[in-house]
Amino acid sequence: MSTVRLLKKDPDDLGIFGKVGFYLILILGALVSIFPFYWMFVVGTNDRGAVFHVPPLLTVGNQFFDNFQRVLDKTDFFQALGNSLFVSSMVTISVVFFCTLAGYAFAKYEFPFKNILFYFVIATLFVPQQLGVLPTYVIMAKLHWIDSFKALIVPAMVNAFGIFWMRQYISTAVHTELIEAGRIDGGGHFRIFWNIAIPVITPAMATLGILNFMTVWNDFFWPLVVLKNQEHFTIQIALQQLFSNRDGLDYGMIMSATFTATLPLLIVFLLFSRWVIAGLTSGAIKS
Amino acid sequence: MAQPVISSPHAESKRPFLTEQRRSRITAYTFISPFFILFSIFGLYPIFFTIYLSFFKWDALNPMKFVGMKNYDLVTSDPTFWISFSNTLIMGLLGTVPQILLALLIAVLLNSGMTRFKKTFRVLFFMPNITSIVAVTLVFSTLFGNNGMINWLLSGLGLDSVAFNSGWWGVKIAISTMVMWRWTGYNAIIFLSGLQSIPTDLYEAARIDGANRRQQLTFITLPLLKPFIVFVTLLSTIGALQLFTEPYVFLGQSGTGSTRQEGITMVTYLYSEAFRNGFFGTAAATAVLLFVVTIIFSVLNMLVSSRMGGDTGGGKA
Repeated sequence: MSTVRLLKKDPDDLGIFGKVGFYLILILGALVSIFPFYWMFVVGTNDRGAVFHVPPLLTVGNQFFDNFQRVLDKTDFFQALGNSLFVSSMVTISVVFFCTLAGYAFAKYEFPFKNILFYFVIATLFVPQQLGVLPTYVIMAKLHWIDSFKALIVPAMVNAFGIFWMRQYISTAVHTELIEAGRIDGGGHFRIFWNIAIPVITPAMATLGILNFMTVWNDFFWPLVVLKNQEHFTIQIALQQLFSNRDGLDYGMIMSATFTATLPLLIVFLLFSRWVIAGLTSGAIKS
Repeated sequence: MAQPVISSPHAESKRPFLTEQRRSRITAYTFISPFFILFSIFGLYPIFFTIYLSFFKWDALNPMKFVGMKNYDLVTSDPTFWISFSNTLIMGLLGTVPQILLALLIAVLLNSGMTRFKKTFRVLFFMPNITSIVAVTLVFSTLFGNNGMINWLLSGLGLDSVAFNSGWWGVKIAISTMVMWRWTGYNAIIFLSGLQSIPTDLYEAARIDGANRRQQLTFITLPLLKPFIVFVTLLSTIGALQLFTEPYVFLGQSGTGSTRQEGITMVTYLYSEAFRNGFFGTAAATAVLLFVVTIIFSVLNMLVSSRMGGDTGGGKA
């Protein structure tokens, strides 16, 4: 176990108590991080009264399908899930494509006003979404896009974070010589981008895709503003509707829905967590 | 750097119009244009229109009527606005300051050489961030209920139970806790990547000079981590000023809506002015005020943090 450390004779070694303290804090933190997921499942699988059981109920029950049946009675749960899946996928495909293109241009081309334009892109990250929400709503109304998925998809089709993060990756991962060689061989600009750059940067694109998918999937404010009819609700709005129900709060029902809605994202995250976390941190550096 | 070749009229006549350089410039502009087109329509134009709109009375149906500064007067003389303002600041402080300190602690612990299962911990700490805020809020509203687990724990410790869903402080503490739960791990991972970018030979040199763990922390780690701290604090501040979903969902449970005074935030105020009351003019004025407050706090943030590291600073990010 610690023989390696003993050999090194680290003068800063905290000793056994320090180590125990370290791990205690970390384990406690990790437990706090995952407990709500477990609690969601516990409440979702128990009967109505389980939430406020004293002492708190911590074991998984067998009422999940009963609870979930009530969700299906109250909302078009799977419709909402499908809507979210559709909107998030469309946005993600588009964001990955356009941000990669723009990031590639900023990383590998020389053109007038390049730096100014790039700083402008970065600056837009700091403008609160709420500042433009009313006119955007008005634009949507003029376009007759209220209560349609277009209102969710079109404005989100490309974003500053994605451009920034793709540029960072492309400037180191794609070698300029390769691009130049491709040009000398007479390849068109888009062809070179597609055949030379894209294969090298797929990991970065995948990370951006997952991060973006999560953001869109979890968005609440804008869908709340533009969606009106239940058949168009995304899953977040549908979940919130379950909660604002006036005739007594049925937590078993709410949590079975919340858990089912969280599960797909949780699985995707656990499968790709290494990418997601690596992507996030490299996006944050050099700010 | 490829300096553009200044083409004299002579050269011009010999070459085709689309030189290699022109062609690649056009390509580059085409590649970046989707962002600028979409941002002009759905970002830039709305921002200027919001500012313009803030001087008009408008309900989105009837013609707009110029009212000058009246919207700003209306908003700033509305006690609810000031409650939303102070709520936003209080929850911002409660949610951000402990969160950043905790994130720093976790990052330092995870970065210390002896931590095993580093990758597992990273994933576990990051998990809260992938959940939707709606889901988080729903879960926490059961934990913070009157007979919920937190109050059960408090009574187990011999403390009085707190009205987390209706008390002035209770609501704020509950909402700040949700924010903290969601973002602490995320920030810890950003700090961790900052810590890992610090070259290890700096620590070795310090150790040879006899610096202890605490001196290493104050003279190497913190100054070199400064850019990351600035980044995280800035983003957290901006995020805190835009707090909306947590109070909206958490306080919306009784069906009375989200404008309850204990937890109303500036964005909730804006939302209800525009989409509940139909006062687009005052909502626009609120948005402009929110933007001004955001700028003020971002600048303050920068000023404070640029003093923080003193002359030991000079991060390399």
